[in-house]
Amino acid sequence: MKLHEYQAKELLGNWGIPVPVGYLATTPEEAAKAAQTIAGPPWVVKAQIHAGGRGKAGGVKVVQSPEEVVSVTGSLLGKPLKTKQTGPEGSVVNQVFIEEGVDIEREFYISMVIDRTTASPAMIFSQAGGTDIEETAAKSAGQIYRENIDPAVGWMDHNARNLLYSLDSLPPVESMRAFMSVMANVYKAFVNLDCSLLEINPLVLTKDGKVIAIDAKITIDDNALFRHKELLALDDPREKDPLELMANEYNLNYIRLNGNIGAMVNGAGLAMATMDVIKMAGAEPANFLDVGGSASEEMITRGVEIILKDSRVKAILINIFGGILRCDVLARGVVAAAKKTGIELPLIVRLEGTNVEAGREILNDSGLKFLVAKDLAEAAELVARQV
Amino acid sequence: MSILVDEKSRIVVQGITGKEGAFHTKQMLDYGTKVVAGVTPGKGGQKVEGVPVFNTVRQAVQKEGANVACIFVPPPFAADAVIDAAASGIEVIVCITEGIPVLDMVKVSGFLKGRDCVLIGPNCPGIISPGKTKVGIMPGFIHSQGPMAVISRSGTLTYEAVDQLTRVGLGQSTCIGIGGDPIVGTTFIDHLKRFKNDPDTEGVVLIGEIGGSAEEEAAEYIQREFNKPVIAFIAGQTAPPGRRMGHAGAIISGGQGKAEDKIKALQNAGITVAINLGVLGQTALKIMK
Repeated sequence: MKLHEYQAKELLGNWGIPVPVGYLATTPEEAAKAAQTIAGPPWVVKAQIHAGGRGKAGGVKVVQSPEEVVSVTGSLLGKPLKTKQTGPEGSVVNQVFIEEGVDIEREFYISMVIDRTTASPAMIFSQAGGTDIEETAAKSAGQIYRENIDPAVGWMDHNARNLLYSLDSLPPVESMRAFMSVMANVYKAFVNLDCSLLEINPLVLTKDGKVIAIDAKITIDDNALFRHKELLALDDPREKDPLELMANEYNLNYIRLNGNIGAMVNGAGLAMATMDVIKMAGAEPANFLDVGGSASEEMITRGVEIILKDSRVKAILINIFGGILRCDVLARGVVAAAKKTGIELPLIVRLEGTNVEAGREILNDSGLKFLVAKDLAEAAELVARQV
Repeated sequence: MSILVDEKSRIVVQGITGKEGAFHTKQMLDYGTKVVAGVTPGKGGQKVEGVPVFNTVRQAVQKEGANVACIFVPPPFAADAVIDAAASGIEVIVCITEGIPVLDMVKVSGFLKGRDCVLIGPNCPGIISPGKTKVGIMPGFIHSQGPMAVISRSGTLTYEAVDQLTRVGLGQSTCIGIGGDPIVGTTFIDHLKRFKNDPDTEGVVLIGEIGGSAEEEAAEYIQREFNKPVIAFIAGQTAPPGRRMGHAGAIISGGQGKAEDKIKALQNAGITVAINLGVLGQTALKIMK
């Protein structure tokens, strides 16, 4: 689960990491009130959407008067903001965060992730803060320092020293303690909140020697949400595709893509591979849809309905390898969906595995027109013919 | 031969009284797997499909000599179940459970380090040595005994691969689903090392997907010291960056974990990569001839 910047900062503040004073505004009036409460000039107005790259897209503005706070807020709210991470239609700004301006001396990058290879949390630290860290990693990898933490021991001061004393030029002695405290608290927050990503970029050293998180990104591990009921309220469904939300309700794993061939598959790996097959046949997948290993007839029906709600879809490929999910169950679900929706698009079905004969019989006896493929290669050919 | 499990393996099913646990216990018994015990805390003394249920893994090991565990315990309790099995002396732990918090797996990995115990999964279909034993949820009937090993990060995609192998006449020695999570108990390399020394394994099909760098690491190992032919397939060539494609581990982030990089690494190591899933079986047949 992704969090908004203002939510991430509130959590960081709770965990002892200094953040600027700021208030959320959903109307220009609220923005005016925020500007009165926060000391300025300057003020910073920041669009709150989940996608990164807001600064370059005009979603972050530094302003010098309360009037400007209001006018910038008005110009951002309710309109889509297009960043390099949002896709072509952009993401609608429903709220802005108004913050005090900060006098920046130096910018740093700090983040914590799980290192898969060592199965341990790793902190990443760099003096190249405020920039695109992927770019820094590609251009000057030597400027990125990394420290793996032994989960049995937890964070130790030497971990912070290893990172800080790697810097080409050290921060002033007086602020070293502040850096060490931020690092220790980042680890604590990461572990206690079950984050899969915690990123502060930039973490700044101010002209008066303070260390403050200027921008923050937190992603919570979805699998750990069962033990963080307090975080569930932070979910913002407006940031998600409506079809994806609908799929979630039925425990279907659906991701909308840009093509026109709908796909329904059981199992994530096979679903990805099926998307690839569609692409190689010269078409583009409209979605990723994994109905899971043990889908019911109803889930299959819902899956087909969701695919059909996407008006760009010109044909549907159903690829099921029956293991636990039996082919006859799948076939009944597809037939039910086809009858219910009165589908007119070409429907290519490829079935294999448990009860495959029964499944094919149900399709044949339904009186509906299915293009039945005997294997994946043939399914690809049939897809290619629809393009 | 085969690796890790065979007809002598004695299985304890943790979470045997649950819907999935009970269903797959029957499936495993039907395949000929020796399921000797089940564990569900508080339900000791019951029987599932004739298999005695115990309250603890330790009791199942002491009373029935279980040495392989198959875990169907729900995500909040799964890390405990794995560590319990390891602490009770189980040698091979197969964790089917999907959705374990990644920080729980960090703990599990830390606990297992240095112990003489192999964890397969979590979030995996399990392991099967065709004709001998099946520990997991894969449909047994698509497999046949033979010279090919299969190692995969995915479930149904593995079934697809196995089915194609069987159809072209290439049976399997042992098939392992290592799991689709960011942190899994064993990697491609761990199992490649075992298959290297298994005289009955003549070739390996390696099925990877986007996310992480396990395939790149495997490519490097294979080039350095693996002496049997490897055929690979990578799922997710069309996956968009930043989106979790079903599996928690299948995400392209920060420009890393892309399918094309993995394919390139494998090809550079001299490994045949089937670009199109539809021809994986045929490709394997050509290489193995």
